[in-house]
Amino acid sequence: MKRIETVETRDLKASVKTGGCGECQTSCQSACKTSCGVANQLCEKK
Amino acid sequence: MIHQYKLNGYNIVLDVYSGSVHAVDEVAYDMIGMYETHTGDEIVSEMLKKYGDREDVTEADLYECLDDIRSLKDAGKLFTEDEYAGMAFDFKKRSNEIKALCLHVAHTCNLNCSYCFASQGKYHGDRALMSFEVGKRALDFLVESSGSRRNLEVDFFGGEPLMNWQVVKDLVAYARSIEEEKHKNFRFTLTTNGVLVDDEVIDFANREMHNVVMSIDGRPQVHDRFRVDLAGHGSYEKIVPKFLDFAKKRGERDYYVRGTYTHYNTDFTEDIFHLADLGFTQLSMEPVVCAPDDPCALTEEDLPKLFEQYEILAKEMLRREEEGRPITFYHYMIDLTHGPCIYKRISGCGSGTEYLAVTPWGDLYPCHQFVGDEKYLMGNIWDGVTNTALRDEFKLCNVYARHECDNCWARLYCSGGCAANACHATGSITGIYKYGCELFKKRMECAIMMQVAKAVGKK
Repeated sequence: MKRIETVETRDLKASVKTGGCGECQTSCQSACKTSCGVANQLCEKK
Repeated sequence: MIHQYKLNGYNIVLDVYSGSVHAVDEVAYDMIGMYETHTGDEIVSEMLKKYGDREDVTEADLYECLDDIRSLKDAGKLFTEDEYAGMAFDFKKRSNEIKALCLHVAHTCNLNCSYCFASQGKYHGDRALMSFEVGKRALDFLVESSGSRRNLEVDFFGGEPLMNWQVVKDLVAYARSIEEEKHKNFRFTLTTNGVLVDDEVIDFANREMHNVVMSIDGRPQVHDRFRVDLAGHGSYEKIVPKFLDFAKKRGERDYYVRGTYTHYNTDFTEDIFHLADLGFTQLSMEPVVCAPDDPCALTEEDLPKLFEQYEILAKEMLRREEEGRPITFYHYMIDLTHGPCIYKRISGCGSGTEYLAVTPWGDLYPCHQFVGDEKYLMGNIWDGVTNTALRDEFKLCNVYARHECDNCWARLYCSGGCAANACHATGSITGIYKYGCELFKKRMECAIMMQVAKAVGKK
């Protein structure tokens, strides 16, 4: 595409089927302890 | 839903429900903005008026771009609909498994920071240290409550956990002694102010702690404004050499130097760069959490300055990375290809459900920020969670429970935000801490811009 470049991302809709194992880190357990989000958590599935 | 923004020379389009990210030129940026509300002919006509004097913009080319937008829509990468709303209701049936505990091993502290959310470590109560017996029972409770979850997280928190160091070490030894038999993997985190750090602490922590969080606010005058000892003396000179040694010896293992910024240092990137220039590479800096009438509270007037600071930080991080001296910033660590699944993005931090805080005497609270507020007492480590109504309330505290988030593009990046912040700001855990939302959205825009710059900018 000439004017649009799509950056590679995880397909969230596909993760409905592949996700949900619950093994990932609890968000607030890392550094912040105050202003928690989930976007910077890593998926534990390899 | 899409979100469009321009930052650092990039035109970025996020597709909220698929998670797709597109870097586009300004013509496609405008066309995507009009796509859902105008016909193709109207869009082309408008673009010819605006860009018609440019050689690269022709009618044929604009129709080709329209085709590209349509194909992205057909492929589920633009203008995707929300198909998750129905799923959120299943969280009522969410399991009661617990996978993380914040162990308050010391409700006391050797510093006297006036901005401390935990009221100098005492959480508005009496000073107390957790006994080994209470800690051991907490670990057993975690194992018993964790079902099939293998990875269990335990954070040694306070107050200052090094004031109860022997118990920390004994609890780690106990956990290691049972993890094979119980088929669990404990990941420990230590959060410390550094005052009692010595070689023995460093060696032990670097052997056993999955992560270490070192509290330091940045420049000497900024750090020492709040982080003073009981006699009122600043702690900067005392802790910096210890933390540098600690970080150096951690090698490849995770750590964060974690600061708090307040109304007094809205130029907080100066503090981040100060820490980076000292030699720390894994950095985190958080807005203060305090009452609005506190003099250190961030104000509406501060917001534009803070937005600018986050942009400065993102650009400087890209520059340092190009120069071969990268630093990481907690909120900018986004992995677009291997980030959280949709379940995580909807359910959020897990407080009050899969994550609980344990007081020195074994009471359970939804998270460390609720400790000391009796309304949020959930049970104890011997009887388990007995306030099941409260647990159910937290189970349903997901992004779809917050109707103020319905039209927010960032909802699947923040999951609706921190329940404690919402509670403090509005009185309800399903409320919205709007100030925090503004900062969060800005951080996400910067973090995604950095990923775009890395993916596209180098080409």
